[in-house]
Amino acid sequence: MEFLPDLLDPNARWVMLGVMAICASSATIGSLTLLRKQALVGDAISHSILPGVCLAFLIFETKAFWVLLPGAFVSGWISLRFIDWISQNSRIKSDTAIALVLSIFYGLGILMLTSIQHSGNAAQSGLDKFLFGKAAALMEQDGYTFLVFGAFVFLFVSLLYRPLRLLIFDRDFALTTGFPVFALELLLSVFTVSAIAMGIQAVGVVLMAALLISPGIAAKYWTSDFRVMLFTSAILGASGGFLGAGISLIWPKMPTGPWIVLILSLIALISAFLGTRKGVLRQYWMHKQNQIKILEENILKCFYHLGEPDASYEQKRSREEIQARRHFPPSRLNMGLKRLGRKGLLASQGGGACSLTEQGIQEARRIIRVHRLWEIYISKYMHLASDHVHEDAEAIEHIITPELEKELEHQLEYPIKDPHDQNIPYAPKK
Amino acid sequence: MELDTLWIILTGSLVAACGGLLGCFLVLRKMAMVGDAISHAVLPGIVIAYLLSHTRDSLLMLLGAAVFGILVTWIIEVLSKKAQMQVDAAIGLAYTSLFAIGVILISAYAGQVDLDQDCVLYGEIAYVPLDRFYWQGLDLGPRTVWVLTGLLLFIIAFVYWGYKGLFLTTFDEVYAFSLGISTTFWHYSLMGAVSLTTVFSFESVGAILVLAFLVGPAATAYLLTDNLPKMLLLSVILGVLASISGYYLANWVNGSIAGAMVVMIGLEFLWAFLWAPKHGLWAQRRKARSLDLSDIHLEG
Repeated sequence: MEFLPDLLDPNARWVMLGVMAICASSATIGSLTLLRKQALVGDAISHSILPGVCLAFLIFETKAFWVLLPGAFVSGWISLRFIDWISQNSRIKSDTAIALVLSIFYGLGILMLTSIQHSGNAAQSGLDKFLFGKAAALMEQDGYTFLVFGAFVFLFVSLLYRPLRLLIFDRDFALTTGFPVFALELLLSVFTVSAIAMGIQAVGVVLMAALLISPGIAAKYWTSDFRVMLFTSAILGASGGFLGAGISLIWPKMPTGPWIVLILSLIALISAFLGTRKGVLRQYWMHKQNQIKILEENILKCFYHLGEPDASYEQKRSREEIQARRHFPPSRLNMGLKRLGRKGLLASQGGGACSLTEQGIQEARRIIRVHRLWEIYISKYMHLASDHVHEDAEAIEHIITPELEKELEHQLEYPIKDPHDQNIPYAPKK
Repeated sequence: MELDTLWIILTGSLVAACGGLLGCFLVLRKMAMVGDAISHAVLPGIVIAYLLSHTRDSLLMLLGAAVFGILVTWIIEVLSKKAQMQVDAAIGLAYTSLFAIGVILISAYAGQVDLDQDCVLYGEIAYVPLDRFYWQGLDLGPRTVWVLTGLLLFIIAFVYWGYKGLFLTTFDEVYAFSLGISTTFWHYSLMGAVSLTTVFSFESVGAILVLAFLVGPAATAYLLTDNLPKMLLLSVILGVLASISGYYLANWVNGSIAGAMVVMIGLEFLWAFLWAPKHGLWAQRRKARSLDLSDIHLEG
């Protein structure tokens, strides 16, 4: 284990902690911008920081972090204002405004940087580290700075949790109630720009966007709770920082920043696939479940319809009878009958025939009732002709809840006949 | 004027012309940031092709870059449609992952890959005249100029013959669909062309600055006219002007030529943003004021 001695080195330990802190704080701040639908604004700011850094260097002729940071902050800030200004005052859309500000500020930065490099000023070497990040060259003091900043971010988010939530989810309401929206937005921008100015040192200009948004993207697939999401994204960010920095400790040839970003991206992709909230697999599963439910309910309805003419609901029905009444693909029908049997809604009568159980009759009656109530409802309130209401009811019957059913019965005053002059089956009074 | 100066300005102008023509469609389709994503995402394609072929200008490299350029648009599409991700989040996630893979590959095979990060981030247009193209022992000028000329001809042909498809799928997708024009086909063709432009411009201006060449002149032209053919022409002219003036700016401050060209593109935009005859800030303010006055008159 070559890994351990490296971690035992206090310098490496502080750097590791610092990287984790800056990843967690960027993830938290980035989640806020992500939820405000400004995922790429952070990308623009991180590219736009360059001219400010160069200007600060030109004026003060030092690479000290505390001198360059205000420069970075100022140009990041100006770029943010430019994006707003352009997209609000012209026909240019915000995506074009972002791309434009990003590339032009960056171009200006490159022009200044190369001009400084060619000027023969010896102090400049290493200034370009702002471009690529220099996680490997981070020092103990950088670690402290990141930790302090992390603490500030934590304080900011936890103290202003409620106002932030209001700003993100109901900005218009906040405005009308005289809530200090602009002050809060200003504060949020200050934190965003500072997080970017610091994070760039770890991962570089291009990849900073990932540090901000990837953990938030991942977290959104697991929870819809704002507080949990912020917390999850901070933890995911910190883990990405730990693993990325760990990899470059084990293989010194490997760059830290890109590995952090790659790990965060993998986490986000896995979450998008497996996430319990809107994940691809989850969506697929829900879709399948829904289809099965619809199939089962349609089969039950079919049994009911077959028994309706002579009120012989408990009569056994063969598959041919069912198929003659309503066509199902044979394999689907098989599956549906089996599932209904297991649920105790159907009983097998031998030779592939089945009959409704007492419980099955109740359930079939409920579906038919909801279907017919809905037909009355839309023909009454939407004035649709009676031959136009069936299709709609066919879809809605599978999703009407017991509460809605009660409401329908109540509003329609317990009707007896549907628009096709068929009886509405109510549950027998006990 | 020295011959090298001419070559450099010509290179810048060619990149600007290719970018401007395609950029108009990106801006109008609100896909500027997809252009950004593509320009970053071609990196792993270029590195992989380089590792396989060990030369810088191979067909393989073009192929690798084009594949990754189209791959990133496809990933964005899948993430936003299938996984219901916000489009901007999908763009950010997709391109940073691919770019990170590119940088990791460069570091892992350092020494084998003659590509450094500086080249990726800002290119070096000043080296363009050094790499000559020889034909039967005859010096025909810089290779890059020839390659870019070929690209420009290709893009002009693409825009000329594809004009109807590009136009309709940009402005009226439903109508285009009813005519049997495939939106998907034109979408991916345009993305493929943007990837090619990025790759060819890579050595001269780098992955990030090419975005300015794509979006800048097109956005400026968009403020100056409402007519698409005029917009295409204007964006080319604006790009060429920025290349010429940018060269002299770079000479003056002794800095990156590509960076200076981009700064000129920015100044052009600023000028149009403030003073464009119809859509500029000044014109709009004046219009708004005259409306206010007429309101008062009516009320009085």
